[in-house]
Amino acid sequence: MSTRIDRANGVRTAPYDLVKELAIALAGTLALILILAAALSSPDVPSVTIQSWAQKQPVDLVTTATGELAGSTVSAGYGAPYNSGSTSVQSLGFFSPQSWAGARLSVDSAQDFVLKPLQAASTSNLDLAAALSQYNGAADSQRSAWLDAYGKALKDAKEDNGQVVVADGDYGPLPVMMASLLQIARAGALDGYLLSSGGFYQTDYTRPLLFMGDGSYLSSLAQDQHLLGNQWGMMNETGSYPGQTWLWLYTLWYQIPPYNGNANADLMVVLTMLVLSLALVLVPFIPGIRDIPRWIPVHRLIWRRHYAD
Amino acid sequence: MSEKIAPDVEAASWTAAIRRRLAAGLPIERLLPDRQPVYVGSWVYVFGVITIAALVWVILSGVVLAFFGPQWWHTTSAGRFFNSLHFWSVQLFFIFMVLHLWGQFFMASWRNGRAPTWMIGAVMFLVSILAAFTGYLAQQNLDSQWIAANAKDALNASGTGGFFNVLNFGQMYGLHVMLLPVAITVLVVVHIVQVRMRGVVAPIGAQGEASK
Repeated sequence: MSTRIDRANGVRTAPYDLVKELAIALAGTLALILILAAALSSPDVPSVTIQSWAQKQPVDLVTTATGELAGSTVSAGYGAPYNSGSTSVQSLGFFSPQSWAGARLSVDSAQDFVLKPLQAASTSNLDLAAALSQYNGAADSQRSAWLDAYGKALKDAKEDNGQVVVADGDYGPLPVMMASLLQIARAGALDGYLLSSGGFYQTDYTRPLLFMGDGSYLSSLAQDQHLLGNQWGMMNETGSYPGQTWLWLYTLWYQIPPYNGNANADLMVVLTMLVLSLALVLVPFIPGIRDIPRWIPVHRLIWRRHYAD
Repeated sequence: MSEKIAPDVEAASWTAAIRRRLAAGLPIERLLPDRQPVYVGSWVYVFGVITIAALVWVILSGVVLAFFGPQWWHTTSAGRFFNSLHFWSVQLFFIFMVLHLWGQFFMASWRNGRAPTWMIGAVMFLVSILAAFTGYLAQQNLDSQWIAANAKDALNASGTGGFFNVLNFGQMYGLHVMLLPVAITVLVVVHIVQVRMRGVVAPIGAQGEASK
């Protein structure tokens, strides 16, 4: 290797072919990627539809829909950015950016997930039209009584040939309404209805995903794939593939106090990561952090030949 | 035309001013040097270039996937293969980017006026995480459904969920295939230019400083 002293700055230099290095890196990484892709493929567990939910766990779907009408689901009382609820609004003292941002993506879970789809289906179903009329015309206290009784009965509900069967009781029009909702869900129509926002082309899955998120079917599938939050799910992938392992630090906070189990954990974790991200960018200016390389002499390994000389 | 341009006219030219600035700040010998200081002799130095090589394959495989549309890779073996190329090149990209980041940290590579180089690199790492995140959301499978259903709570808590809606596939797909790759590519170019302008950093405690 022919070394010489650089006249501009007095540093000893040697030949170094950057472009050749890049070419070798391109060839090497391509070979590795081709081998990995051919040998291991990539994960693709099919998406869940409301149709498959209705077919596999009809009781869960009907229980969720009943909860939407009763206002007891996560979506129903969520708050910003979906509605005026407050159960999922997070804050630290006066600091609540979620509240300040307001409800920008309007979602009325009772109307959007249950009543409007049923209204659309009622044009060809006189029994359903009558049930909806009875439900909409009832006093709030009556509706609450029906929903409360039906919700309790659903805990012991059974599935019979695709239908949800509950013990006899005074549930008003709810059994007819829910049987119809289950029917259109099983047919796949509810998937399309919740995705539709009036136009022809659709790409916004906010409503169907919120509805499915309110049930337990989606989370049970996620649990099977070790994707839940308490399973370090944020950095996991379906199957045995590596996921977003670079989110390990973000995921870590959800596993330890005071974050885990805290109602404001998301806001706390986001703020923690914002501070840490800013610190990463500003490492050169942070006393102590910027001195670590001098205290832990990994550099003596990296430049061992230089120090040996 | 061999007519001479008056010096005052050349001095007033914006184009000439930029040319002079580029020539002074980054002459071609410094942009593409064929020599490096002798202390550039560790595997740590190749982590950066491997990261760029992996990014090239991330982008090329992503271009093929984007061309055929988001459904293609679910339904054809060729599409699945290109998705696999995309998937594994992303994994390599992050592995070597993190190795590069740790290497540069323990070399304290921000010394002697190189802090902006570190800062752009760190921003690139964060933007890459966002790009990968939108990619996972755009997969259109169970994984993306679950990630969206969960991630919405953190974004909503921060007040950004109404603007950056992870449940909106169209928004996430657009960000993933266009805006974020362009941002990363621009940052990579800026990062490389920064490295070439200042040269590699000298060993800690070495006499004098880096070569260009």
